[in-house]
Amino acid sequence: MGDGPPTLWEWIARNWDTGRVGSIRDLLGDHLLMSLVPIVLGLVLALPLGLASVRWRWLYQPTAGVFNVIYALPSLPLFMLLISVTGLSPMTVIIPLTFYAMAVLIPAVVDGIGSVPAHVRQSAVAMGFTPLRRLVQVELPIAAPVVIAGLRVVAVSSISLVSVGALIGQGGLGMLFTRAYQNPFLPPVVVGIVLIVVLALVADGLLLLAQRLLTPWVRARGAS
Amino acid sequence: MNWLIDFFGDPARWSGPDGIPARLLEHLEFSALALVLAMLIAVPLGLLIGHTGRGGVLVVVTANLARALPTLGLLVLFVLLLGTASIWPVIIPLVLLAVPPILVNTFEGIRGVDPDLRDAAYGMGLRGGQVLGRVLVPVALPLILLGLRLSAIQVVATTTVAAYTGLGGLGRFVIDGFATKDYASVVGGSVLIVLFALVVQIAFTFAQRVTVSPGVSQRLKIR
Amino acid sequence: MDRLSLEAPTGEITVFVGPSGCGKTTSLRMINRMIDATEGRILLDGEPVQNIDPPTLRRGIGYVIQQAGLFPHRKILDNVATVPYLLGWDRGKARDRAMELLERVGLDPALAGRYPFQLSGGQQQRVGVARALAADPPVLLMDEPFSAVDPVVRTSLQDELLRLQAELNKTIVFVTHDIDEAIKLGDRVAVLRVGGKLAQLADPKTLLSEPADDFVREFLGRDRGIRRLQFVSTEGLRLRTDLPAPEGAGTYLHGKDSLRTALDAALLSPTGSAVAVDERGEVVGVATREALDEALAEAAHG
Repeated sequence: MGDGPPTLWEWIARNWDTGRVGSIRDLLGDHLLMSLVPIVLGLVLALPLGLASVRWRWLYQPTAGVFNVIYALPSLPLFMLLISVTGLSPMTVIIPLTFYAMAVLIPAVVDGIGSVPAHVRQSAVAMGFTPLRRLVQVELPIAAPVVIAGLRVVAVSSISLVSVGALIGQGGLGMLFTRAYQNPFLPPVVVGIVLIVVLALVADGLLLLAQRLLTPWVRARGAS
Repeated sequence: MNWLIDFFGDPARWSGPDGIPARLLEHLEFSALALVLAMLIAVPLGLLIGHTGRGGVLVVVTANLARALPTLGLLVLFVLLLGTASIWPVIIPLVLLAVPPILVNTFEGIRGVDPDLRDAAYGMGLRGGQVLGRVLVPVALPLILLGLRLSAIQVVATTTVAAYTGLGGLGRFVIDGFATKDYASVVGGSVLIVLFALVVQIAFTFAQRVTVSPGVSQRLKIR
Repeated sequence: MDRLSLEAPTGEITVFVGPSGCGKTTSLRMINRMIDATEGRILLDGEPVQNIDPPTLRRGIGYVIQQAGLFPHRKILDNVATVPYLLGWDRGKARDRAMELLERVGLDPALAGRYPFQLSGGQQQRVGVARALAADPPVLLMDEPFSAVDPVVRTSLQDELLRLQAELNKTIVFVTHDIDEAIKLGDRVAVLRVGGKLAQLADPKTLLSEPADDFVREFLGRDRGIRRLQFVSTEGLRLRTDLPAPEGAGTYLHGKDSLRTALDAALLSPTGSAVAVDERGEVVGVATREALDEALAEAAHG
């Protein structure tokens, strides 16, 4: 196997950790950073916006409308337009992905809070919960399954979308795709796709696990 | 702003095979082709699975997996495997990525119809096909259209990325411009794509208004 | 279902009543083949339903279910005309028929152009009945049609059904878990026990006075003695015409209202006697406590 093209496993072994920029491990790290930040940031921003939309109903239609439109915009032109503001940095990818995340999570928060039965909310009020306590101890836990379902969608699509950033040199594992295309060679593509799918499934599984741990009553009810 | 003026103000940009009208038309063609093919596969399949109730789990699992697939990776994979002699190595992944949203939403829409309604329809003496066509589809239409809209959004975005693997369309302005540091082309192309996506979005909203019964969307106020 | 054998006579209301799990809905759904019986036969006018293609069979049988099951995407008029359309009636004729039925079931014709979500539950249920009647089927299957509406609306829907039945003389099979509804509506009541066995089949009066066994007795409830009085006529009630009608006394329609109504009127009167009136509201006499007592004693033995 000395002179021929390396096999898949040889290629992986040779490129896993070269100690230079662009090793698979390096790209995996970039990929995680660029996909996790939008997920977390999206949630942090969507929660107050969603809660405000529940509190002031009139806010919801315009907010949802704006994010619906943003969600429909392809990522590549958004990256390109952002370059003039944020330059060729991970932020250029992170910002649009955060907006996509919010587009999914704001309705999830609103629907989640909406899923709290009126009688539960009223009995919390009747027992003397202050609004903040009611939110933290009653409404958010009941809303959690819906919000986490939204987070799962966001996590999976963010992880796969980061790779488009490769077209502006900021794609994490997506860089393997551009590398493979410029220098026609299959292993990097296969490795990239597999790693991204695995990453997405792991994130999905972790969120599912988190939901089981955070809201044990949902599973109990489903089982009975 | 200057880039925009440079881009849209240059008469050379408005003619020829790499002019704005030609690229716009290409983008529309490829997107429509992929969407229609995906629709032809996913709508009947979704109706069938939703109506018979068989294979539902498979649909949901496949669709979740499909969401995880990186579009750029899939495009490069197909082009490396099948070459660039025709547009099909690029169209196939476009279709593959467009199928799941339509499939899932059609399936969920049909399956989600109130069982009482289905019962009443059979009880009135409608046949299986009539129940599907006259009752289930009209009631599930908002979700079916949502699936089509999500799929269209996906296709428009993927067609843009597909310019990287040699497909025509508006993505060329962006990708070629980026490669040659022609920022007028990058910015102008990006704006065109954004506008294109907005028009598609509006078209679907309009289609929804026209085709969904007011009794289902409950848009009418109680008089 | 276990060896259930009974006949629903033409032109009568047969009610299936029983606790949940007694198979009453299953029995009903076997008639129009929404469920197929594993063995045994169901005859419709002497013809086994198993020999009829289900959609064709169902178009000839009206079907009303609990939540009305109206098609949300169609206007009320088109909902009612569903079966006529299926049968290939001329569109105009089908719509005329639908309009006529809307009025028949006591709905404002102005509702014809609305969608189901714009109607109240009771109105939707009326539309459900109109829809089942649209093609004038001889047989009507009603599966707990009134159990999802509030008691006041339910009573008015029940009265409406009895009024309609007096005009139309359909063969109706009606399923309910509510024994009061069964007794009010049924010409014959079939009490089913869990497992789909027939416990008793009788007219309501016989059911109340002679329950077949402990299960039926239990199911009828503790006040069946009182309720039985609603099937005893006031015709034979001895009236006194020498007494003045007491102030503020309850009245009943003599000969038309049941002994139960007369007794109720008496209980609400300060003097303890009920005032008998005729159809025009004229006082025809006073039923004293003694007279009522006699009638009760007679009812208890008869």
